[in-house]
Amino acid sequence: MGKTFEEINEKIRKGEVVVATAEEIIDIVKEKGIKEAARKVDVVTTATFGPMCSSGAFVNFGHSDPPIRMNKVWLNDVPAYGGIAAVDAYIGATELSESRGLEYGGAHVIEDLVAGKKVRLKAKSYGTDCYPRLDIDTDITLKDLNQAYLFNPRNVYQNYSAATNTSDQIIDTYMGTLLPRCGNVTYSTSGELSPLLNDPEFRTIGIGTRIFLAGTQGYVAWEGTQFVRNKVEIEDGITMYSGGTLAVIGDLKEMNTRYLRAASFARYGTTMFVGIGIPIPVLDEEMMEYLAVTNREIYTGVVDYSVPSRSRPTLRRVSYEELRSGSIELEGKKVPTAPLSSLNRAREIANVLKESIERGEFFLQEPVQMMPTNREFKPLKDVGVE
Amino acid sequence: MKKLKVILYFPPDKTDRPFSYYLVKDYDLVFNILQAEVQPGKRGRLTVELEGTEENIERALDFARQNGVEYRPFNKNIVRNQGECMDCGACTAVCPSGALYMDPIDWKLNFDESKCLVCELCVRACPVKAIDVNMFV
Repeated sequence: MGKTFEEINEKIRKGEVVVATAEEIIDIVKEKGIKEAARKVDVVTTATFGPMCSSGAFVNFGHSDPPIRMNKVWLNDVPAYGGIAAVDAYIGATELSESRGLEYGGAHVIEDLVAGKKVRLKAKSYGTDCYPRLDIDTDITLKDLNQAYLFNPRNVYQNYSAATNTSDQIIDTYMGTLLPRCGNVTYSTSGELSPLLNDPEFRTIGIGTRIFLAGTQGYVAWEGTQFVRNKVEIEDGITMYSGGTLAVIGDLKEMNTRYLRAASFARYGTTMFVGIGIPIPVLDEEMMEYLAVTNREIYTGVVDYSVPSRSRPTLRRVSYEELRSGSIELEGKKVPTAPLSSLNRAREIANVLKESIERGEFFLQEPVQMMPTNREFKPLKDVGVE
Repeated sequence: MKKLKVILYFPPDKTDRPFSYYLVKDYDLVFNILQAEVQPGKRGRLTVELEGTEENIERALDFARQNGVEYRPFNKNIVRNQGECMDCGACTAVCPSGALYMDPIDWKLNFDESKCLVCELCVRACPVKAIDVNMFV
């Protein structure tokens, strides 16, 4: 006896739906067992709030008079990509300001727009018969734009390696500052609350899935870039999943800076903390088994970021339970661990999503197409040119 | 008993003397080194927390001055802007004293100022610039 998306949406409509967060469901399953929990609970909410570099927004500025075909575009001195139609542009989170360097980037432009601040638009053109204007310099705000939507090519990494540094020098990375001689370990996943670790086989998450995206309702637009399905049996009954990613889309005008924050990592550059929540329908008992996963059963590798190579060595495998304990054993010593993604804020998102489903404001969307099964993680073959 | 954080500056010709030994032995001070920069032939700098009776601390600092060791009170602290903080935890990765730590229950960032060495590593590690150094007189 299973449930369909439509049956669950009918319960949401009637106000009869039972929702739990991916952390709450663990205790429910412990108490009632898989079978009873699968019958009782209809939806489990998952969430993450961490740095996701592959993020950005499409914007349409509207036409000035006389009109301009903007082919070079800057927003608060951060270059945006203008190689699309006359007044469309894409502002990427990691693009850096030409005047403020690593401190301010595309992510900050996006956050400033969402916060309602004025942003300075500068654009240049070579001029055409149909678009005669050569440059423009003006303030804009989010509400003046025709469209502004976040379109992030790679978010919600299923599982990400933890980072350490075996060298004698401090290094600054997108995994934070790593102290010499394995002085610390950083990690960035919400573990048992993480969306793609709760539906590791992508049974319910696919193209078209409705999600919580930075404070509003967004959608899974496509597989994320570098999407691959890695599945390794590591111990009796424990499978290590990794490689899944999602491309997501949503209306920037409806977003909230509580769940969309610009960030700058020392000597690395800018990135964006994106808050994402995904509701997972409890279709059957098998789905509930996935949803009951705990930090003890979720593993990742500890990777040495001091090796300047694509294939950095993995020093050991570690569970999220160990990472969360505050320290792990590494190279014969006790090394402190630190998170980079906010579990506190991820929990908040899982609860906000849960409440909006209970209030009948958020309905589940069955995928219009499932995620691919045949993707490979290909390197760039640096073959040079003839 | 009193606690005082001070920065001691040693002239190049004084860095070879067992100065801290006298502070402990003659003035009965509990002596915690927070930061040290000592290089041969250069002026040395020692940030310490002294704990002892008020009288002993004063006498010890007089003794320091008479021996060519200058000092000034340690007048910086770390302040956190709680409205900006996202509780991500990036600062806890670099905090050497455990002053910044995640609460293991609610996973909010906690700051125990009494443990802070004001090394300032957290200031650059914070991805949203929610940590600042505050100078006071």
